[in-house]
Amino acid sequence: MSNATLAPPTERTYRDFQRPLWQRVLLTREMAVIGALVLVIAYASLTVRNFGAPITYTYLFLDVAAILLIALPMTLIIITGEIDLSVASVVGLSSVLTGTLHQAGLPFALAALIAIVAGAVAGSINGFLVTVVGLPSLAVTIGTLALFRGLAVGLLGTTAITDFPETWRDLATSKIPGTPIPSVVILIAVLAVVFGWLLHFTPFGRGIFAIGQSKEAAHFSGVRVERTKLILFVLSGSVAALAGIYYTLRYGSARGDNATGLELSVVAAVLLGGVSIFGGRGALHGPIAGALLIGAMASALRLASVTSDVINVITGTLLILSVVMPSLLAWAQSWRARRRGKRKGETSAHAGADPGTAASG
Amino acid sequence: MKFPITKARGGIVAVAAALALAVAGCSSDSSSDESSDGASGDAMGGGDANLAITFLPKNLGNAYFDTSDAGGETAIMEFGGTYEEVGPAEAGPDAQVSYINTLTQQGVGGIVVSANDPAAICDALNEARDNGVKVVTFDSDTNPECRDLFINQATADGIAQVQVDMIAEQIGDEGQVAILSASANATNQNAWIATMEEIFAADHPNIELVDTVYGDDDDQTSFDKTAALLQTYPDLKGIISPTTVGISAAARYLSTSDYKGEVALTGLGTPNQMREYVEDGTVTEFALWNPADLGYLAAYAAKALIEGEITGAEGDTFEAGDLGSYEVGADATVLLGDPYRFNADNIGDFDF
Repeated sequence: MSNATLAPPTERTYRDFQRPLWQRVLLTREMAVIGALVLVIAYASLTVRNFGAPITYTYLFLDVAAILLIALPMTLIIITGEIDLSVASVVGLSSVLTGTLHQAGLPFALAALIAIVAGAVAGSINGFLVTVVGLPSLAVTIGTLALFRGLAVGLLGTTAITDFPETWRDLATSKIPGTPIPSVVILIAVLAVVFGWLLHFTPFGRGIFAIGQSKEAAHFSGVRVERTKLILFVLSGSVAALAGIYYTLRYGSARGDNATGLELSVVAAVLLGGVSIFGGRGALHGPIAGALLIGAMASALRLASVTSDVINVITGTLLILSVVMPSLLAWAQSWRARRRGKRKGETSAHAGADPGTAASG
Repeated sequence: MKFPITKARGGIVAVAAALALAVAGCSSDSSSDESSDGASGDAMGGGDANLAITFLPKNLGNAYFDTSDAGGETAIMEFGGTYEEVGPAEAGPDAQVSYINTLTQQGVGGIVVSANDPAAICDALNEARDNGVKVVTFDSDTNPECRDLFINQATADGIAQVQVDMIAEQIGDEGQVAILSASANATNQNAWIATMEEIFAADHPNIELVDTVYGDDDDQTSFDKTAALLQTYPDLKGIISPTTVGISAAARYLSTSDYKGEVALTGLGTPNQMREYVEDGTVTEFALWNPADLGYLAAYAAKALIEGEITGAEGDTFEAGDLGSYEVGADATVLLGDPYRFNADNIGDFDF
């Protein structure tokens, strides 16, 4: 992994800024995914009956809301080069906790708050094992995936708690007045702005990218690597717990096996959205578009009466393509760069190092 | 260097916003003509009653639901409706919701569903019903307020009674019997066992129920428990296993042991699992409902609801093709009938 992250510094010279602004904005993987999303929606609206109806967007957002929520902190974690596979189990645990505490007589808001705190604790367990004990996050979170799911199923057995206050349930499925957009999108938008700000506009966020590029270099340049990762895992646990409460309210059912397998949908959306699994590369709008793309395609295919197996095959193929494409592109780019380097000799290096040229580009 | 970066991010936001507007505009344009197109298409397809009925099993690729849905297809072909089957690949509690939403959008006439979770699909089903879709549950019910009708495959009393009847016939109404159940806290099995104990005590004083053991619905455990039962009770005349896993494991043990033909075995099983044991004489007769009949009846119930012949009120009656006439019972439930007995004469007719 460290080889992969140390190898491409040639792509990160000032030469990037020689390209005009519109190229730097539009010729990115994030824009490719957004473009694919627009294409899928436009094509399905024209060819799939009933897809163009506003209700499609209501269902689409309701279906992908949990994935979108969890994808936000997951993006940050994957950019540091780590991963959190325990999120779906935290969703289940939070769902069960909310249900049992509410059934025990606590007001719903308090039960939900305790569930979020429990999610933060679950996240800090992951964070502790990864940063303080120093284990790989893949192994740690596969372990806690089983652990948290076991706790959730153990607490409630095979029964379900279905008695939740109507006002809260309505809140989870209500729409923004006058639009087909569910209210939960407001929550997602607020959190997306917060996480976007955190990732792209703060020193903390620059640290996240630095860790993903090279942990050692980040450490020596003053980034508090361990603290950053711990905070991210706690955020991930908390947001997963919040998604668990939404999930419980949306389906009106708290069960230990709620959201089983959701972590894979989240990771799929994040990777499809142009975040590198090796860390150091990505932008928050990519995974958001990725989650919507998967959801919109599944919705269109269901409306076209395509069976679930075929939908899974198509989603899987798309994901593999999206993971393979950047490697292919990088290879093509380096091949081109090598050829150009041979032709131009040292002129490009000179231009690249001149900050005046970069600022005017 | 800071300034150009900020400009670039601002540019991304602007472009994203522009795209979002473009998407929204494009979708709202097409929605109007799409929906009117859809409405006319439906009206032409179904005449005045929309007999497009879709089966939504717990998951696809499950032999039990393949059989029941095939029964539904037979019925729908008979009365000239449109049959379709959709469903998730895995039986998760929420997995059916997006399919129900899709069917609501497509404007089908009826949904016939076996619920993975009694509550999780409730809102989606009620939304479908608000849009004029008739909802029939079969095999596994939802909460009663979320559907128009439940087709119940068998009552607990009926299942207990048929198993007691079968074992009493096979052992000559006297001697020791034992029960090989699923897990100790399996709700259905425990209810049936309690009823069976009552029936034995009341109607069969010469049959002694000596033990109930639990195979945990695990093939190997059930196999071992069968062996232990036969060693513990040398005079055992019969075993009842009210679970499909248990009965096939017990039959496998008996078929290769000296007890074959000596100790009777009956209970709830599926024809494909039990075929070889019925053919080699280990098992005389076992019971289950007929899933094909269940799907067939559910399809006719959906038709009766769509055509307004019934509303799901207690006492409503409707015709279900070859199965005859059915009456709606309490809680908008229709009972398929007594469990179906499978034996050497009829097992060849079934494949599930």
